Amino acid sequence: MSVIFVLIGFSSFVAIMFLAAYIWAVKTGQYDDNYTPSIRILFDSEVKKESSKSNS
Amino acid sequence: MRKDEKIGVAEKLICYHCGEECNDKEINIGDKLFCCNGCKTVYEILDTNNLCTYYNIDENPGLSKRDEIKKNFDFLEDNELIERLIDFTDGKITTVTFSIPQTHCSSCIWILENLYKLDEGIISSEANFLKKIVSIKFDEAKTSIKSIVILLDSIGYEPDLSLAEKEFEKSSLINKKLWYKIGVAGFAAGNIMLFSFPEYLSLNELGNDEIKPVFSYLNILFSLPVFFYSASDYFISAYKGLREKIVNVDVPISLGIVVLFTRSLYEIFSQTGSGYLDSMTALVFFLIIGKMFQNKTYATLNFERNYKSYFPIAVTLIKNKIETTKPVEKLEVGDRILIKNGELLPADSILINGLAFIDYSFVTGESNPVEKINGDLIYAGGRQVGSAIEVETVKDVSQSYLTRLWNNQAFENKDDSKIDVFVNIISKYFTIVVLLIAFSAAFYWFRADSSLAFNALTAVLIIACPCALALSTPFALGSSMRIFGRNKFYIKSTHIIEKLSSITSIVFDKTGTITETQSANISFNGEELSKYESQLVKSLVRSSSHPLSKKIFNLFDSNKLFDIIDYKEIPGQGISAIIAGKKIQIGSRVYVTNNSNKDENTLSTKVFLSIDNTVRGFFTISNSYRPNLKKVISSLKSVYKLSILSGDTDNEKNNLQNYFDANTKMKFNQTPFDKLNFVEQLQKVNEKVLMVGDGLNDAGALRKSNVGISIAENVNNFSPACDGILDAKSFNKLNTFIKFSKTSKNIIILSFIISFIYNIIGLSFAVQGTLSPVISAILMPLSSISVVAFSTITTNMIAKRKGLL
Repeated sequence: MSVIFVLIGFSSFVAIMFLAAYIWAVKTGQYDDNYTPSIRILFDSEVKKESSKSNS
Repeated sequence: MRKDEKIGVAEKLICYHCGEECNDKEINIGDKLFCCNGCKTVYEILDTNNLCTYYNIDENPGLSKRDEIKKNFDFLEDNELIERLIDFTDGKITTVTFSIPQTHCSSCIWILENLYKLDEGIISSEANFLKKIVSIKFDEAKTSIKSIVILLDSIGYEPDLSLAEKEFEKSSLINKKLWYKIGVAGFAAGNIMLFSFPEYLSLNELGNDEIKPVFSYLNILFSLPVFFYSASDYFISAYKGLREKIVNVDVPISLGIVVLFTRSLYEIFSQTGSGYLDSMTALVFFLIIGKMFQNKTYATLNFERNYKSYFPIAVTLIKNKIETTKPVEKLEVGDRILIKNGELLPADSILINGLAFIDYSFVTGESNPVEKINGDLIYAGGRQVGSAIEVETVKDVSQSYLTRLWNNQAFENKDDSKIDVFVNIISKYFTIVVLLIAFSAAFYWFRADSSLAFNALTAVLIIACPCALALSTPFALGSSMRIFGRNKFYIKSTHIIEKLSSITSIVFDKTGTITETQSANISFNGEELSKYESQLVKSLVRSSSHPLSKKIFNLFDSNKLFDIIDYKEIPGQGISAIIAGKKIQIGSRVYVTNNSNKDENTLSTKVFLSIDNTVRGFFTISNSYRPNLKKVISSLKSVYKLSILSGDTDNEKNNLQNYFDANTKMKFNQTPFDKLNFVEQLQKVNEKVLMVGDGLNDAGALRKSNVGISIAENVNNFSPACDGILDAKSFNKLNTFIKFSKTSKNIIILSFIISFIYNIIGLSFAVQGTLSPVISAILMPLSSISVVAFSTITTNMIAKRKGLL
């Protein structure tokens, strides 16, 4: 049954890691703006060719 | 002036850049048409830098540059100003955040984030669409703030440079703290509940006695940050309240949390039980969720604006015919300043040189410009329309006619204390009753079975912790606030709803509030013009940049325009030209008819027209009342005392009486101070005043009133400091909003009753001394969730029935 201590320790460690990840996410401002990134991801990456003029 | 105009074509021509209608095909690059040279220039800038993706993301994403005025950003060389604008600098790399009010589509984000392609000094830029800001990181050696601002302006995104805007960062910091707290509390609550499971299921009979204390000590470990960090706001608020002899709702909450925590510690260390740490952490978690729900803010709206955010941050100074720039704060009496087209006058001044058309729309809501001649006094806040003027300041910025209003004590402290909040009134009695029950239960058990006395005392305090009570208000008001927001009525905080529900008197401003500012009524009085004649008139006014000409231009919808010859514009008088062989004159009565008439009705502006020297009539430009005014007023006048305050003369009185009944107080020729005093007088006779206004001249009254709502044609435009901003389109719903605020209050009362029922059930366990952790762990979240569900669902249901959803 003493294996349960190891498991508790391990699960708590994982849980604390998640909490730390959450705090890091808040701290780096990932919740500050939850709209702009949704648009940003849709921008095409740059086409190097010159032929992007014809479409309108 | 443009003289040789091509005859327009009937089909609609759309500007490739901004999507506005083009007058002709004159301005073009290849097959792309532009409405003005400004738009064409922007396209050229983007095209040469390979940034035409801008036009592929959204159609015609640009901003019209048609009315653009050349701006002077020389003041951005002033080190003191730069210091205040930038966020951070290490001498080489600098970050600066600009507010860009024009941000409106995904193309905007794209171009704002690709600025580095236009200026190699820019390292990176990041846009925030909701806040309409862009943070730019640049290399001091390669570029400067000034050239970045000029760049932004040249592509149509002129930053809003008023210094009062820098406060948004502070509020986001507070918000972040709440996110941390909710994370810690949620994490602890979840884990403690997990460790408490053996206890819930009575698994301790399995004989693993060495595991049980481990779980308990782990619980204590997890609950420590919740108690000391997440819940700290409640202790501080309760302490502050008690120090001012106010028992706010945080007092019983703090009491409950402290008792929960200490009793749990006692039970665990004395090994008499497993404590209530699960209930405690869950309680704190729920409370913070409620707080978050209540704290919704409108990122792009600013409710604390004063005149500083309207005024420019620097002015062009003229000294010995040399133009220099000077920050507005350093402006002194006697300084000669140059006010260009579209610029705002920062201090009361006397006109020295030039022709002034002053648009006082920021001040009074009246958008028709007033003409001033040399020697006239111009009040601060007026915006010059037309050519540049030279003025000499006669007052300091803070001592000017309008800005003096902000020295009034009403601006010093607005009582935002929570004394009058309904939940705090209840909580006072609630706390007293709970303490009474707790001690009488303890007293009873002390005599019957003294070992249970402590148990009963703490149990009552735990179960009576008004978690549900504290949650009902934020959720009921928070959902109401969101519902208001959907209907374009944006309020500063949820307290405003409670205040709105108890108002007894409504004060309206006239100009701009119950009249419309944008669609000023323009009509032609006189012999009706034929289609051909109206085309002639339209062709003439097109050449003039006078604001009234633009209004007349928009009156006729015809695309056919003629060449004009011999165009003359006499400033302040009128314009004339020969079009298709006919002499057309438009202008003042004297200019057109050669006779002056003194008994003019000043309410409406008149513009006379003559064709071939025969006077054909005149255009009147007057304000119109909001279309739904009659309906709104008739629904309000039976319930509330109505008053109207107007800065204008009383010649609209008869018209107003059609809308309002005889009991309505109407006051005319009101100065901003008069308005403030009027509200104050009403409050002295115990009226709760709702002020509805719009301009800076209402700022005092808006501030002084119990609830100040400012009406805005465009909510992102400037509006004075107020409690709520109402989109002009939702003006007709004003009464519905007030009624709904009362409904919200009733919902809160009902939620209170529900939470009391739970409390009574819990107390019946507690006074008997039989409250087990399991019952507590079930009862507390259950009561919280049911109250939250009740207040949110009913609020939304009623909103739906009232047509607000």
